[in-house]
Amino acid sequence: MKEFKKLIHFTKGFGLIYVLGIISVIISQGITILNPLVLKTTIDSIIGERAVDSFTVSKIINFLGGRDELRGKLWKIGLIIICIALFRGVFLFLKNTLSSKAAEGIAENIKNRLYDHIQKLPYEYHTKVDTGDLIQRCTSDVDTVRRFLAIQLMEVIGSLFMLMFTLVIMFNLSTKMAMVSISVLPITFSFAIIFFKKVRKDFQASDEAEASLSTVLQENLTGIRVVKAFSRQKYEVENFDKKNKEHRDLTYRLIRNLSIYWAFSDFVSFFQIGLVLIVGSYFTVTGSITLGTLIAFTTYVNMLVWPVRQMGRTLTDMGKAFVSIGRIDDILKQPIEILSPTGREPIIYGGIDFENIYFAYDEGKYVLKDISFSINPGETIAFIGPTGSGKSSLVHLLPRLYEYNQGSIKIDGIELNTIDKYWIRKNIGLVLQEPFLYAKTIKENIKLADPNLSDIKVYEAAKTASIHEDIIEFENKYETLVGERGVSLSGGQKQRMAIARTIIKNCPIVIFDDSLSAVDTATDIEIRSALTARKDKATTIIISHRISTVSEADMIYVIDKGRIIQKGKHRELINKEGLYKRVYEIQSSYENRSKCI
Amino acid sequence: MESEKVMNEKIDPIIWKDFSKILKPYKGDFIKLILMMVVVGALETIFPLLSKYAIDNFVEKKSTNGLISFGLIYLLGIFIFSISIYLFISRAGRLETYMAYDIRKMGFEKLQLLPLSYYDTTAVGWIMSRMTSDIQRLSETISWGLVDLSWGIAMMIGVTIAMMILNYKLALIVMTVLPFVAIVSLYFQKKILNAQREVRKINSKITAAFNEDIQGAKTTKTLVREEINLEEFSHITSNMKKSAIRATVFSSLYLPIILLLGSIGTALAINFGGNYVIRDIIGYGTLVAFISYATQFFEPIRQMATIFAELQSAQASAERVFSLLNEEPDILDRKDVIEKYGDIFKPKKENWPNIIGSVEFKNVSFSYKNGDTILENFNLQINPGETIALVGETGAGKSTIVNLFCRFYEPSRGEILIDGINYKNMPQNWIHENLGYVLQSPHLFSGTIRENIRYGDLNATDEDIIKACKLVDAHEFIMSMEKGYDTEVGEGGGLLSTGQKQLISFARAIVRNPRLFVLDEATSSIDTETERIIQDAIQNVLNGRTSFVIAHRLSTIRNANRILVIGDGKIIESGTHDELINLQGYYYNLYKNQFIDEESKNILG
Repeated sequence: MKEFKKLIHFTKGFGLIYVLGIISVIISQGITILNPLVLKTTIDSIIGERAVDSFTVSKIINFLGGRDELRGKLWKIGLIIICIALFRGVFLFLKNTLSSKAAEGIAENIKNRLYDHIQKLPYEYHTKVDTGDLIQRCTSDVDTVRRFLAIQLMEVIGSLFMLMFTLVIMFNLSTKMAMVSISVLPITFSFAIIFFKKVRKDFQASDEAEASLSTVLQENLTGIRVVKAFSRQKYEVENFDKKNKEHRDLTYRLIRNLSIYWAFSDFVSFFQIGLVLIVGSYFTVTGSITLGTLIAFTTYVNMLVWPVRQMGRTLTDMGKAFVSIGRIDDILKQPIEILSPTGREPIIYGGIDFENIYFAYDEGKYVLKDISFSINPGETIAFIGPTGSGKSSLVHLLPRLYEYNQGSIKIDGIELNTIDKYWIRKNIGLVLQEPFLYAKTIKENIKLADPNLSDIKVYEAAKTASIHEDIIEFENKYETLVGERGVSLSGGQKQRMAIARTIIKNCPIVIFDDSLSAVDTATDIEIRSALTARKDKATTIIISHRISTVSEADMIYVIDKGRIIQKGKHRELINKEGLYKRVYEIQSSYENRSKCI
Repeated sequence: MESEKVMNEKIDPIIWKDFSKILKPYKGDFIKLILMMVVVGALETIFPLLSKYAIDNFVEKKSTNGLISFGLIYLLGIFIFSISIYLFISRAGRLETYMAYDIRKMGFEKLQLLPLSYYDTTAVGWIMSRMTSDIQRLSETISWGLVDLSWGIAMMIGVTIAMMILNYKLALIVMTVLPFVAIVSLYFQKKILNAQREVRKINSKITAAFNEDIQGAKTTKTLVREEINLEEFSHITSNMKKSAIRATVFSSLYLPIILLLGSIGTALAINFGGNYVIRDIIGYGTLVAFISYATQFFEPIRQMATIFAELQSAQASAERVFSLLNEEPDILDRKDVIEKYGDIFKPKKENWPNIIGSVEFKNVSFSYKNGDTILENFNLQINPGETIALVGETGAGKSTIVNLFCRFYEPSRGEILIDGINYKNMPQNWIHENLGYVLQSPHLFSGTIRENIRYGDLNATDEDIIKACKLVDAHEFIMSMEKGYDTEVGEGGGLLSTGQKQLISFARAIVRNPRLFVLDEATSSIDTETERIIQDAIQNVLNGRTSFVIAHRLSTIRNANRILVIGDGKIIESGTHDELINLQGYYYNLYKNQFIDEESKNILG
């Protein structure tokens, strides 16, 4: 029931269209059931001699020119049948297009909502995410809901109304015959339900066998070097054959089971139809129903039997939709970041003050302790320290990817957590160590932050990041596609792309989170001198392992175990005993030590 | 994806000829299936005749004589019908699944024979989709298409005959609608299928977009790209909605039109048939039968239109599948070699000479198919038991040398001799059976740790496995796991860390006790600490075995008998570690820079 409410919630904005779709299906079913009545009347009272027993029908006949006129002009009856088909067709068309409009619209909405929600989930969520599962929910679960709305629900509603209409008419025509016509239906229906509940296991087994077949194949293909090197082709073929057979046999078993179902339910359905024909013939002979009624019943029973058989299957399938809704809702329930709650957007010059900052990912386990420092606009500072010392956490606080627990960070004198996330992120360029590139062209990747930037700006940024030369080496230059279907870039090239797309933003604050690690020393120097040569100098924070990268900073902080343990300029630090000096000595004095290796 | 765009509109006989070879073993099944469908189609034609009989013989004659036997015959009829339904569905299912199995098996065997150069230029995803969905579609369309086709034809013929016998004039009148039904069906089925293909294409874009949404979330945040992202995404979803609705519009137009045409058939039957009844030319039963037939005719036509439309995409699938099956491997053992020494699947190991381990590259040149030359007149002689380390920049030719040594590639010119025998005179697996190989990205298979190590030697005992693990210092971490050697490693080894996977792949190579050994960047993903520990183990393993070591980390190769610095396909420096350090050349500089990095990392973590 909870799931049902959620479903209703998803349909917002499309309720009316959907209800119109439902109305259309009801009308079209209502029209469909007229056909046998026309046939009955034609056979009994137009072609045959029996007097019409219904007032409405005789009025219609009189309207059309009376029985004798019609008897001579049977095409008028034909026209009625065509008209019925026409109206039915119109409403069928309406039903299909309306329900698909609604279902596709709803699916579009859900997908957009999911997409937006996912990108706004906090940074922390994304560090732990299971991509495969999430994608499954966003695609096949949404599709299950779509199919439920566009097809299954419509079909069930249609069948229910068809059942109702036909029952009413059949009982009106002849109670006895009506009873005969529905006598076997409960068997058809319950057999379908029971059967599909039972074979669900078989469906699953076949799906699982297919998945495990793909896994074996995938592993063989990605590990083909190992297979060949170990000369295990025979073993692999046997292993694959086992899975291949398993998949074949399980799928075959499923189909065989289904064939039992179709055969049995066909038997029952035709039995029902035969029953109507034979018992009906008997009643006609004994005079309790007319020939027209018999023919009407043989048609009606067809209208009952097949939908009921289908309904059993659909109902068992429908259960899946509610599971899917729950799985979709699980994502949407996760709290997201509010990017601009206050609209506070102060101009940012780049002054930063950390005052006694404490920060922990898990309560009580502080990864940053009592951090204080300040930077004036345009200055460059650097952090150096062992892996896990807290450097990255520290710079992640600035764009508010995480919130500090204690202390205060001020940007140009304004408390950081009162500035909108949206605004502060626009003003801070953070270059990640392992950047993600989109499956777009190189140019588009550099223009990520603002697609309206001019090409000249793109080239400038690429040159500053020392990636321009690499790009023009590619066949399609800046139009080269990145990723699976295009070129794959090396780690260093990716990092330089990330630098280019960050500096193109022209932020007052730029952070390099070990983002030159895969770039060689010479290029590293090139990039940094290009950066310092820029007109508007940004406040710059550098994290690195390389002394040469950090040595020119206005202030260097050495961090260990979440605390600042040393600070000063390069000249000062190399003369003080400590971590910095030790690293410096290794990195600069290889010449003297090489003999002892 | 490419081939879907240029999908052939016409039936391509070459492909279907290829395909008929695959069908051969199922010829009997096909014939049986076709016969069965004829029975089903015929029985379905008979049902309206039964109604006619009942009306004519009981209702019209006002007699219940024979009603019971009529009932029994009817019962027998639907019993036979149901049995046929059961038989044809299960038969067609068998055909579908067995055929898919056969094609997959052929494809997989072919894949095992194709050389590495094939895999260098073919994406795994490409092969996967051929081996899974394309084969699926092909076998599905063939078996069920056949079922529907023969059923449809049987039914149409049956209905035509029945109507003609009942009253040929009326039959011809009712059948005037048929050509229209056929034209409309073909037109719409094609449209519907194309529209659905479009929908699937956009759908795969949506999946890709979600993938980027999740994987790129951090980038999105730092670049504040949420709005642009959503805008781009909603553009795709809105396209999706539009084309999905377009597809339904086609199919929801089609059904009413067919119903309308059906009603015209019925109207014709009533107009003319009713008139015949009045004039006593036919009975009520015949009229009713005609009305039934008028609607019954449409289903087979609709089905056949669908099949023809589907056949097109099945043909595209067939093209893709056969492009894989007909791929010629460019490394093949010669016939006489296979005769004497057996092939990959049936090796005659008793004829194989034992490998001692001397290796010689004699004027070896190698270039890729596209003409890029990697090696030219490369010469190298290795004594049994020697360890050769290869150093050099990416693309210098280190991997090519190793690939040639392993016979993953073959020389374009020149020859490679193992113990003085040109390896082309031996089967490929002669080398591979004697090779221990550890890769940079350690690839494990789903299964337990034990199974993965046993991959190296299928006859290895548990003791052998433990011994191998102890040698590479993997025993301890394995035992610290709850299930020890029976721990599942997950898909591709995903449940283990890279370092752990690397150690297991080491053990896997060692358990083979091979004469030849290749370490291809094998230690790059093990942390410094572990590397130091297994350094001795590596030494033990390489001792007495002819081996190649490619390592980024130079500390790994310091103890090699010879270090070759490769540049542009040539040996530019050669010697022991100490010799090369004293040379103060490329190796010296490389070593110096790395030493600095390593030492800094030791301090900075």
